[in-house]
Amino acid sequence: QLSLFRLTMKRLFSASHSSVDSKEMKKFQLLAQKWWDEEGEYSALHSMNDIRVPFIRDTLLNMSSNYHLGNPLSGVKILDVGCGGGLLSEPLGRLGASVTGIDPLEDNIRTADQHKSFDPVLAKRIQYKSSSLEEIVEECMETFDVIVASEVVEHVADLEMFIKCCSQVLKPEGSLFITTINKTQLSYVLGIVVAEKIIGVVPEGTHEWEKFVPPEELERLLESNGFSVKTVNGMLYNPLSGSWSWMESTSINYAMHAVKSGAQGQSSPADVPSELGSEQPLATAGTTV
Amino acid sequence: TSAAMAAVWGRGLLAPLSGRPRAGPRARLRPGLRSVAAAAAAPLYDVVVSGGGMVGSAMAAVLGHDIHFHDKKIALLEAGPGKEYDRMPDSYSNRVSSISPGSATLLSSFGAWDHVCSLRLKPFRRMQVWDACSEAMIVFEKDDLDDMGYIVENDVIMSALTKQLNAVADRVEVFYRSRAVGYTWPLPSHSCDTSPWVQIELSDGRRLQTKLLIGADGHNSIVRKEAEIKNIEHQYDQSAVVATLHLSEATDNNVAWQRFLPTGPIALLPLSDTASSLVWSTSHEHASELLAMDEESFVDSINSAFWSNINHSDFIDTAGAMFRSAISLLKPSGTAVRQLPPSVAKVDPESRAMFPLGMGHATQYVQHRMALIGDAAHRVHPLAGQGVNLGFGDIACLAHHLSAAAFNGSDLGSLKHLLKFETERQRHNVSLIAAIDMLKRLYSTRLAPLVLLRTWGLQATNALPPVKVRI
Repeated sequence: QLSLFRLTMKRLFSASHSSVDSKEMKKFQLLAQKWWDEEGEYSALHSMNDIRVPFIRDTLLNMSSNYHLGNPLSGVKILDVGCGGGLLSEPLGRLGASVTGIDPLEDNIRTADQHKSFDPVLAKRIQYKSSSLEEIVEECMETFDVIVASEVVEHVADLEMFIKCCSQVLKPEGSLFITTINKTQLSYVLGIVVAEKIIGVVPEGTHEWEKFVPPEELERLLESNGFSVKTVNGMLYNPLSGSWSWMESTSINYAMHAVKSGAQGQSSPADVPSELGSEQPLATAGTTV
Repeated sequence: TSAAMAAVWGRGLLAPLSGRPRAGPRARLRPGLRSVAAAAAAPLYDVVVSGGGMVGSAMAAVLGHDIHFHDKKIALLEAGPGKEYDRMPDSYSNRVSSISPGSATLLSSFGAWDHVCSLRLKPFRRMQVWDACSEAMIVFEKDDLDDMGYIVENDVIMSALTKQLNAVADRVEVFYRSRAVGYTWPLPSHSCDTSPWVQIELSDGRRLQTKLLIGADGHNSIVRKEAEIKNIEHQYDQSAVVATLHLSEATDNNVAWQRFLPTGPIALLPLSDTASSLVWSTSHEHASELLAMDEESFVDSINSAFWSNINHSDFIDTAGAMFRSAISLLKPSGTAVRQLPPSVAKVDPESRAMFPLGMGHATQYVQHRMALIGDAAHRVHPLAGQGVNLGFGDIACLAHHLSAAAFNGSDLGSLKHLLKFETERQRHNVSLIAAIDMLKRLYSTRLAPLVLLRTWGLQATNALPPVKVRI
């Protein structure tokens, strides 16, 4: 989520020891109380749960052979990086997972802790910690079955280091789920101009187009750091209905699922990612609203 | 025209939906807001169903048997004692319901229908409905000789539901002899020190908390009143008289009979080859008379209501006959064979009872952390035999949305999926409720033009399969 500094530039500056950006932190500081207002500034993230939770749940269910439908993620240890107020941690916790949510902003963690405290089941299943990803790497080597980084990598200072850290805290063959925004003309128009300035469904200044990540680049970084990308799906937000849906084109928002290679360091030869980063026609995105 | 009427009715019944207050019932910051510590002491449930009648019990049972509610805690609050029978008493209860095939499907989805079948029920194949003021008649019958519906005593249904509730006692806790006396609603986006859950206070002082409160507490719903939801209601000047009757001779008794008298419809619902249940909607005075008169006179009144032609007028008879011949020219199969209803010989002593009738519709079915189902949401005249079936339909819809929400890890009390339930059910219910109310008014008169209208309407409807199927 919040990633430190990293003022655009090209990749000349590689020596950043943190992925947290203090400018980004300030943006979210002001909204730290607003997380749980379903109709407020974060309404789009609330409704994103309707597609991202089933995506995570079904992908994990498909990969495992023994599960109980009444408690589908029971026994799964999940790390929610950039958890904010806990919008995604809570549904995952309700589905039975043991969730650790981290966020560099203390106020966010405070809001998250306070919100989960009323539900004894969630209070037990979810632990929140104010921290960046790097800070927990040492004590959490190969600890988690799943990492979710939803709407985070577009705020991160050093994406490659972020991915390396994910790999370190993830068990072999563990899953990494990322949702983020593509860097295209369309995503600038719809994601920033329309979403922030015109309709105001995203608080103004939340996103910087320069930091958006094209799926091809994300995939390249993942594959070169020991991950095998399994799925890429485009996502579309309909501001009229306030709801998200899947779409073919990844021109605006997209979700990615990758698996860390096993102990031998080989990814299994049989996988073929379902959608490779060939250029998708932009026209389809615009007409679906 | 009925669609237009339904639309007008619909707007009236629903009231401006945009006016739904976001903060639940007008920010009721009553003294009910306790500190977190005290509230934390009250046990927290995922769902509490208030009202253990047929609809409330079925709702709790459906959720209890749902796989996605496997690790959830459900509570059912019922003011009366529990009722379970292994065998039914020999005599029939006078409160029966007409169960549609759809409702039977719902009941079998969690194993209750098997219990109903092993106790007792009466399937019927045909429904004959006719007008006392004319010869007009409409017959409902399924082509494939399937059962159209089932007449089941309410006690039988309750017994079956209780059995199935006991089967999931680890998930569903039933509080008998427990009446809720107060509800405290949370604000949707709560701040630090107030509990986000609904607080319930019972008459014995116990407290519960819940993430979702389902109000199934009947047409005088306290849940609805405490939520300050406006209810459009109307008392009919009618009471229903119920009784258990014995027929003059044993017969195949698989037809449900209803005749529209000017004072109200009289219906004979089959219970067995020799017994039927009476539901006679009539004026309050006439109902009291019927209850007071001796058994022989009572039986005579019933037979006369079904057989007498006293309300016919020549004009209507001729007009009706003309229309009928016109139809048989256009659609030879459009006029049905008139069967004769059975005649009644005896009434079960002590089985006569009466209760007042009215209609009602809640302008909202849901609010943050609250949903209404069954008579709490809508109340109809028994003339169409729809009352409890509408409630079962509510259950099927709400359970479907809650199940999906649970599988998505959502907060069960979230308005998002509750609104989907409300939209679906209001869309279905409003036109039906409006139609039933309109039928009741239409058939309450002797005025020739209206009689003619409904005569022709009934005959036409009888001749038109698409309309009949929809009903």
